[in-house]
Amino acid sequence: MKTRLALLAAALMLSTSAFAQPVEGGRANVVIQPEPPSLMMGLVQNGPTQMVAGNIYESLLRYDENLEPMPQLATDWEISEDGLTYTFHLAEGVKWHDGEDFTSEDVVFSVDVFLRETHARLRQSLEHVESVEAPDDHTVVFTLKQPFGPFIGIFEAGTMPMIPKHIYEGTDFANNEMNNTPIGTGPFKFEEWERGSHILLTKNEDYYEEGKPYLDEIYWHVIPDAAARAVAYENGVVDILPGGSVENFDVERIANLENSCITEKGWEYFAPHSWMWLNNREAPFDDARFRQAVMYAMDREFARDALWAGLGQVATGPVASSTRFYTDDVTQYTYDPAKAEALLEEMGYDGEPVRLLPLPYGETWQRWAEAVKQNLEEVGIPVEIVSTDVAGWNQRLAEWDYDMAFTYVYQYGDPALGVSRNYVSTNIAKGSQWNNVEGYENEEVDRIFDEAAVAVTPEERQELYTEVQKILVDEVPVAWMLELGFPTIHRCNIKDLVTSAIGLNDGFKNAYIEEAE
Amino acid sequence: MMGDFWKRFSRNRGAVIGLFILLLVVVVAAIAPLLFPDSPWRMVQRPFLPPFEMSEYPLGTDTIGRNVISGLAYGAQVSLLVGLVSTVVSLLIGIPIGALAGYFGGFVDDALMRFTELFQTVPNFALAIVLVAIFEPSIYSIIAAIAIVSWPPVARLVRGEFLSLRQREYVEAATLSGQSHAAIIWRQILPNTLSPIIVLASLMVATAILLESSLSFLGLGDPNLMSWGYMIGAARTVIRQAWWLSFFPGVAILLTVLALNLIGEGLNDALNPRLARKGK
Repeated sequence: MKTRLALLAAALMLSTSAFAQPVEGGRANVVIQPEPPSLMMGLVQNGPTQMVAGNIYESLLRYDENLEPMPQLATDWEISEDGLTYTFHLAEGVKWHDGEDFTSEDVVFSVDVFLRETHARLRQSLEHVESVEAPDDHTVVFTLKQPFGPFIGIFEAGTMPMIPKHIYEGTDFANNEMNNTPIGTGPFKFEEWERGSHILLTKNEDYYEEGKPYLDEIYWHVIPDAAARAVAYENGVVDILPGGSVENFDVERIANLENSCITEKGWEYFAPHSWMWLNNREAPFDDARFRQAVMYAMDREFARDALWAGLGQVATGPVASSTRFYTDDVTQYTYDPAKAEALLEEMGYDGEPVRLLPLPYGETWQRWAEAVKQNLEEVGIPVEIVSTDVAGWNQRLAEWDYDMAFTYVYQYGDPALGVSRNYVSTNIAKGSQWNNVEGYENEEVDRIFDEAAVAVTPEERQELYTEVQKILVDEVPVAWMLELGFPTIHRCNIKDLVTSAIGLNDGFKNAYIEEAE
Repeated sequence: MMGDFWKRFSRNRGAVIGLFILLLVVVVAAIAPLLFPDSPWRMVQRPFLPPFEMSEYPLGTDTIGRNVISGLAYGAQVSLLVGLVSTVVSLLIGIPIGALAGYFGGFVDDALMRFTELFQTVPNFALAIVLVAIFEPSIYSIIAAIAIVSWPPVARLVRGEFLSLRQREYVEAATLSGQSHAAIIWRQILPNTLSPIIVLASLMVATAILLESSLSFLGLGDPNLMSWGYMIGAARTVIRQAWWLSFFPGVAILLTVLALNLIGEGLNDALNPRLARKGK
């Protein structure tokens, strides 16, 4: 019996390896949109930079689609019982692209010196950190001031990229010449960048993970027009379209082409969550019944199906379903114009017109604003759409000069990192469009978010976050719209492209190209 | 007089057809709320419904299920409104400047004409885009922008007419009889320049409609008004899936602009009979 099982297992292993043996070689042709301003990920962290530079730079961990940590530069790690000490053991034999050894000194320099100065989002999390130490070349110890639940979730390449100490120590980081030829530990090296045309990365032959990467090159095509990007894919010029590179109207058509595959995975860590800011400071938005009426009046399923090609899902509240500590045990706002009208009637709304600021990111968002305007007008709220460019949109939100405004925001896996910032009253300040822009104030909510961030066990945190989600969903400080779906479209014979919660941003170390059938 | 005018106008068959099309557009615009009581922004059917499939929506629906034919009817209102108002505004700027320059000549002429050239040297459309972008797109900023880029030809035309008319005997007679400058400009010369102005104005309405459509196409239209240019602009990205979304508003713009041009030609024939006959 035992031998038979063993034989079976061996046969299975043989057969799987025969089918899924990664193929070496080949070039991945990918669209990059828009062209990144820089590839130095320690200085610049916008979307396209993270996508290209995610192949060059790495962090200590990666995350699977349930946001569980997986090894990267750290092979294993321990968290002390009291939640105050995090010990990471680094991989052996890791070299920077220029041949120098990667050691724990680089980690301490990256976190404590470089990123603390340059990376605003990480800096906030680092405020919980008492010290970062390197007891030996392959061990790093983080000591926290108090427990901080989301801490294990910040070791992602875009949040905490490892920066070479031997190149940057003691220099002016922003003006270091090496910023143009980035050096990392990742599976691909920077080769050339012709502005307005392409970025070329080549295989890192000395990569520390055995046999990886499989591809020889990654060629990023800069194509500024959405229709031209679609044509480039159809003509075989590019083989991979990252999320958002073609218009939503085109997604279905392109995904149905021969040998074309589509996946919504790889966005779990970011969980792009869209909503309308409602300016809680002024009438009629200062009345919770009005805000609830807005929720009931919107046909969000229609928006998903007609505008987002059926991708993504209707948001139930402030936390996205892929983010930790999500609960759907909250009041549901299904499309119900009659209920909206009743609420408006009850509060005695006088039909005063409101302004709506669309997100100036192109067609889909403009159409979406038009659809919402129509939804609201049908329950008796006159809406005037105000057009702006990106700069005007930023400015109006930062100055609180709006009634309703579209936006979408990343959640970074944990409510303490990407949710509470939009609802706690301590985060009300002019000048930013990512803080508590709506001006919502609730002491109870403040207290729960504070407690939940530093609670030690996940169970405690879940309980607190469930409570706060219930309160927020009843009060509707902002009008949640959709958990956005940004599908990656690629040739089906390109395998293992998306293998983690940050998708294409995680680098192409596992990807390989099979012979097309 | 009126009978004469009509006789000469109707001799140009194109002009009559143009007038007929324009009247049709005007009527549709006027009774749009009766024909389509629902807002043109209302999502009434599934998106991308092709034309001629449901009798209720003969021209189909757009990317989010709005009735295309209703959009066309309401778009006619916007196009005609923008065309007419912006032309009137540019006449109000152009005629006084041209009249003063042509009548007084000399330094006044030089100053006003250099000022006019300032506007003429910048390409029309580029200037209109800049103006609308600065003042944020709305029906007012669009009308203002179109008027501001359209008046220089009016000023030049009126100046030319004044330059030649002020040499005539009846003007000299008026001067001798002690009439004021204002009276001479207003009562003696201006009425005699009306014919070319009317012809020019009819063409300007057509140009204004095209300008408004182009602005809306680029996303610089009034976001609260359904216009033909907006409809085409919104349909541009889906032209391969849904040809009808850009085709019908395109036809509407084409017919309206063509009609106005035909009418302009007819007016020219009717108002300047000698010129017209020479042409033929």
